[in-house]
Amino acid sequence: MLSPILLSLKIAIIATSISFVAGTLFAYLINKKNVPCKDLLESLLTLPIVLPPSVIGYVLLAALGKRGFIGAFLLEHFGIQIVFTWIGGVIAACIVSLPLMYQNVKAALISIDPIYEKAARTLGSSEWRVFRTVLFPLAWPGIISGTALSFARAMGEFGATMMVAGNIPNKTQTIPTAIYFAVEAGDKQLANALVLVMTVFSFVMIFALNLWLKKKSCTGGGVEK
Amino acid sequence: MSGLYFHIMKELDHFILDVEYSFDKGLLVIEGESGAGKTTLLNCIAGLTSPDEGSIAYENSVVYDSARKINIPARDRRIGYFFQNYALFPHMTVVENICYGIKNKPEYKESQKREELVAYTEYVMQMFGIHHLKGKYPNSISGGEKQRTAFARAIVTKPKLLLLDEPFSALDDNTKKAVYREFLQIKEVFRIPTVLITHNPQESNLFGDHKIVLKHGRIL
Repeated sequence: MLSPILLSLKIAIIATSISFVAGTLFAYLINKKNVPCKDLLESLLTLPIVLPPSVIGYVLLAALGKRGFIGAFLLEHFGIQIVFTWIGGVIAACIVSLPLMYQNVKAALISIDPIYEKAARTLGSSEWRVFRTVLFPLAWPGIISGTALSFARAMGEFGATMMVAGNIPNKTQTIPTAIYFAVEAGDKQLANALVLVMTVFSFVMIFALNLWLKKKSCTGGGVEK
Repeated sequence: MSGLYFHIMKELDHFILDVEYSFDKGLLVIEGESGAGKTTLLNCIAGLTSPDEGSIAYENSVVYDSARKINIPARDRRIGYFFQNYALFPHMTVVENICYGIKNKPEYKESQKREELVAYTEYVMQMFGIHHLKGKYPNSISGGEKQRTAFARAIVTKPKLLLLDEPFSALDDNTKKAVYREFLQIKEVFRIPTVLITHNPQESNLFGDHKIVLKHGRIL
């Protein structure tokens, strides 16, 4: 029972870390900078929210499989196989969690009054320092929300993970896939235990997040040190 | 040109901003109704908005010239900008707000000069009477204290030019009288070429060494 829990945590932590950096970066570039094809890029980033997980899994399988254009390249030049490994699970979790991170950070960034960026620039700040000292701290509550939701989504990912990583016990089996196969095999005890772990974990995380956000709104906004 | 020269042309929603003016030293007051283009003019001088055409120079350096394709970014213009609603960073304390610009200076990296900068910051805070507010956040200080903090933040970097966008408009009449006196002292002590936007003729008469009135983007 421990193996799927540890693997789910490992996949979720890595996928959330990648989504954290990529989601924050894309949200900043698309909403605060003049990058070309903004609308196209934003649509592509948020597409996984509306696509069924099986479609995402199929596309990933087609691209990362042994005959896929990325999979064949990686296998031939580096001897790396993505499909049916835990790395495939990380990629699937990344794809589904990135839109949540992006949307939360975007909402947080566009709610910041542009006057603070202007003030920072007139005080001699580079664009990087404006981001690091003004935008990032002011968007922090949105970034934390996005991170928590992305983590929960990565932990719960089932469809795309099934197709890309499969269900190999002790190798690629995550909590959601373990629950599915435990139910199929009639192992209610294992299914119940895993459902309990997943539910308690998700509840604690959402509860803690709500408490923190409530505390932040009571202290009057901003990020007080 | 030791003061300020600007010739700015910029197409706005309902009219074209087209102004040219220069002054050697002192304080220029810009009066005008809302939407006359006053803040856009200030933003062009600060480098926060690009004019369509024109030229801006102060303290013997050209910061914008469309013909010569010069457009120095806002961060390198060495301007002190006082924003209408103060624009104090809400997640930083009063002292962090005031020191923000100091930390962008290249000399801040040298320990000896850093000490001088910190000492100067202390002096400015004492002068504005906000030393006791050091550790407070902007949402926990009064309007007058916010105003003085914003002034201190704009001045502490020793800017070549000071831009003030309606600095007294949010204050009540009693606070204004005291702040006017303080501002006259500050003007004398720092002697930085200044552009002040105001709706109030009393402020115009009290502080202005030069004055222009804007209407629909033109000087009357």
